[in-house]
Amino acid sequence: MGSAEKGTNSTPLAALSADRLTELEATARRVRQHIVRMTAAAGSGHPGGSLSCVEILVALYFHLLRHDPRNPYWPQRDRFVLSKGHATPAYYAVLAEAGYFPTQELLTFRQLGSRLQGHTVMACPPGVEMSAGALGMGLSFSLGLALAARLDGADWRVYCLLSDGDCNEGQTWEAAMAAAHHRLDNLTAIVDYNRIQNDGFSDYTHYRGADSRGRPGGWVGPDGYTVNIMSLEPLADKWRAFGWHVLECDGHDLPQLVATLEEARGLRGRPAAVICHTVKGRGVSFMEHNPAFHGKAPTPEQAEQALRELGA
Amino acid sequence: MVQTGRTAATREALGPTLVRLAQEGLDIVVVDADLGVSTTAAQFGRQFPDRFFTVGVAEQNAVGVAAGLAAAGKIAFVSSFAVFIPGHCYDQVRVAVAQPNLNVKIAASHGGIVTGEDGASAQALEDLALMLALPTFRVIVPADVVECAQAIEEAARRYGPFYIRMVRPKVPVIYDDSYRFQLGRAHRLRDGADVTIIAIGVMVPAALEAAELLARQGIGCRVLNMASLRPLDEEAIVAAARETGAIVTAEDHSLHGGLGSLVAQVTARRCPVPVACVGLESFGTSGRWDELLQHYRLTPERLAQEARGLLAAKRGG
Repeated sequence: MGSAEKGTNSTPLAALSADRLTELEATARRVRQHIVRMTAAAGSGHPGGSLSCVEILVALYFHLLRHDPRNPYWPQRDRFVLSKGHATPAYYAVLAEAGYFPTQELLTFRQLGSRLQGHTVMACPPGVEMSAGALGMGLSFSLGLALAARLDGADWRVYCLLSDGDCNEGQTWEAAMAAAHHRLDNLTAIVDYNRIQNDGFSDYTHYRGADSRGRPGGWVGPDGYTVNIMSLEPLADKWRAFGWHVLECDGHDLPQLVATLEEARGLRGRPAAVICHTVKGRGVSFMEHNPAFHGKAPTPEQAEQALRELGA
Repeated sequence: MVQTGRTAATREALGPTLVRLAQEGLDIVVVDADLGVSTTAAQFGRQFPDRFFTVGVAEQNAVGVAAGLAAAGKIAFVSSFAVFIPGHCYDQVRVAVAQPNLNVKIAASHGGIVTGEDGASAQALEDLALMLALPTFRVIVPADVVECAQAIEEAARRYGPFYIRMVRPKVPVIYDDSYRFQLGRAHRLRDGADVTIIAIGVMVPAALEAAELLARQGIGCRVLNMASLRPLDEEAIVAAARETGAIVTAEDHSLHGGLGSLVAQVTARRCPVPVACVGLESFGTSGRWDELLQHYRLTPERLAQEARGLLAAKRGG
């Protein structure tokens, strides 16, 4: 695609100062600790894909989004849509840290009677923008929001966070095609590209076992994980071919992440996709790049070790 | 009231009604998945181009986009054929619309075997079962174009998810403009003391003809149009059971999970009487819609026969 057209109607944010960066890093560390405690207390949940999107959510909720935790239904708020609806531990932890509800409530996660459902339920608690959990639905919903904003002449923006699995779903590409078709430059899609999903490894990037690259399609390795479930490569080219601006960054490097998301916000004429290269299970040594912790909680002993590593 | 001599497809109500309601100030938007000309929703697009969103042949996306528009405050209509919405995107309807109870209205045309020549894949015989399984959805099956226009207006003016099932062919118009559709109320088209036929959609005119056949044999037949499947007029079903003692249900839909299932549940719970359910027990096939109704025995003669069978059972019991 040609060079990106720069917009002028978004106020540039101040560059991330050293103090601010330290604050955001501290918030990210607390969010990781919440994720470990919540899933351990619940005895279930999805720590891996939560740990991979911590910096993305912190950058959004503590720097980029126009929002007011005391007024979650503020009509002029930016909308954040979590398409990867299993990343609730990270999402709830960030919402609580931002002030949408007390952090004490986090430990009720997944319990009967709790507002903190296993997968997101819209407005439960207020601040959660969409019901999700079945992958592939978030970008369509975001597109509907973005169309409504444009129709109403409103200047709020829509951000949608997608997983590898979301990008397996055909609906995501239906929505990608339609968003570009409608030239929705008030929409940013963010891909938490950690390359690990439910059954194992999306492609060969993080697989360390016996190499069977010559084999077409996926296969089940000796450890029981599926390898090469559905390679998304070339992912950036796919989004470009669907008519999007595409930016890439390290999804754990906060200054880079903030700068890239800000750049995406200023792009005009088409929606922008930000592909964030991330590490599943980031921050906990035995969870990193480990499919075992996609949808499994740490044991009490594992949680203790994880919290030590996270400086708790 | 009954049998105006006119015919019209219920889908013909969609576009003009949406245009009128938008002109009256309702904040309606329409999401179209390349069937707007067939469903007549495209007429809205012609009048309100900024509020008509095409997404191509992509029903999963269409439903998600409608949910997003509704979440931002719009009255979001999404229109397609019933085999595609909900058939092609049931989980999107379930998770993105029904669970968060969003203000999305599914206007689905081409319901039932009467879709005709396009054959089995195009004939939605399961849509009502699917939609009735989603507790937040109101489910309406208008019997004719007059009732359909009023059901669309009701859906637009009331908050929450609605499913309106329309049909492709030109079917008898049974109501005139004096008719008033009421959500959650059966409409009694004819009274009789011996048996009741409860019908929806294209089977309503068939039920009226069946009642005529029965009258000639000295059998009094009540006919109820149960257009509103949710909310359901349980009292009308119980009254029919108590007062006539036998019920035939008639629907152009699978026997599983539609009108017959609802009526049988109500009678079993509140007033057990003999019930015969007329509907479909197989997939469809190509043919003219009127031929198909004959082929699958969705006819006035069949309804009358079932009614007589129930009367014999009543007498025998």
